[in-house]
Amino acid sequence: MSSDAHAVEAHAGASVGTNVAIWVGLVAITFLEVFLAYEQLQPSVMLTVLVVLSVVKAGMIMSYFMHLKFEKLSLVLLLIPAMIFCICMMFIFFFPEAFRLLQMRPH
Amino acid sequence: MHDVKTDAALDSAWSGGKSPFAIGSKKLGMWLFIVSDTLTFSVLLITYSYSRLTNNPDWPRPFPIFPAIAFSTTMTIVLLASSLTMVMAVMASQRNDRKKTVMWMVATMVGGLLFTGLHLTEWMNMIFKEHFTITGNPEGTPLFGAVFFGITGLHMTHVMIGVIYLGIVAVGYGRGKYSAEDVEVNGLYWHFVDLVWMFVFPLIYLMSVKY
Repeated sequence: MSSDAHAVEAHAGASVGTNVAIWVGLVAITFLEVFLAYEQLQPSVMLTVLVVLSVVKAGMIMSYFMHLKFEKLSLVLLLIPAMIFCICMMFIFFFPEAFRLLQMRPH
Repeated sequence: MHDVKTDAALDSAWSGGKSPFAIGSKKLGMWLFIVSDTLTFSVLLITYSYSRLTNNPDWPRPFPIFPAIAFSTTMTIVLLASSLTMVMAVMASQRNDRKKTVMWMVATMVGGLLFTGLHLTEWMNMIFKEHFTITGNPEGTPLFGAVFFGITGLHMTHVMIGVIYLGIVAVGYGRGKYSAEDVEVNGLYWHFVDLVWMFVFPLIYLMSVKY
């Protein structure tokens, strides 16, 4: 049994309308981010809000444009949890040290 | 001779008899590359965020809303538009419409080239007019230059590789050498390049707006 022949079978994806709607959503979030930058929030608040909005955009791109929403769950489980775990490990070093160093600065 | 029990075992998704992920090896390879490249960019962006927060008052803010942020927002829209044309190319390839697939892929390449052109214009402006270099700048923490040129440069390299990759696949697909799967795998790479910019733009540009 050829796995490739098996795999290349077309699977249903999003329609053109849905993809265009996702694109409009991505552009709208981009403008929201620019608006927030214009509002002059505190850097730590700004960083948090921007990262959350970027994660939402990444989810939209991966789900629809990169088709992950329409793939088998086993593929999603192979790729996403390990990646998120590795990124979380990077943040373990980030939070206590970044804020400690910020407070140690001479004022 | 086929053993019925063995055949039944091979039919199981986790036994190796079938593709457990129901995708081809090229697509799986590209996904694994994307995960590893995501971690590369994550390390860079997280270390940047660390430096950005800890150097807060001295961190240069070289991007006024107009023209710098308006310019980089235009770059973002161009890259997003090229992702949409890539989606159209993949959809056309799945209908076996070779002419439209190549047309949408060329449109994607134009988007990529336009993005690179705009980005290089911005770099030239920063280097020659505002005197920002990798090792220093007139506004504050010298680390800014290494971070800005390092991260945006690595991303721009990905865009340029993507444009070359698109060209090779478009020609090959147009001549019947490559399949719809090759176009889809190419699309995954291109969307990844777009996805990375969705983090680079807010974190690098919007965190350093000059008021």
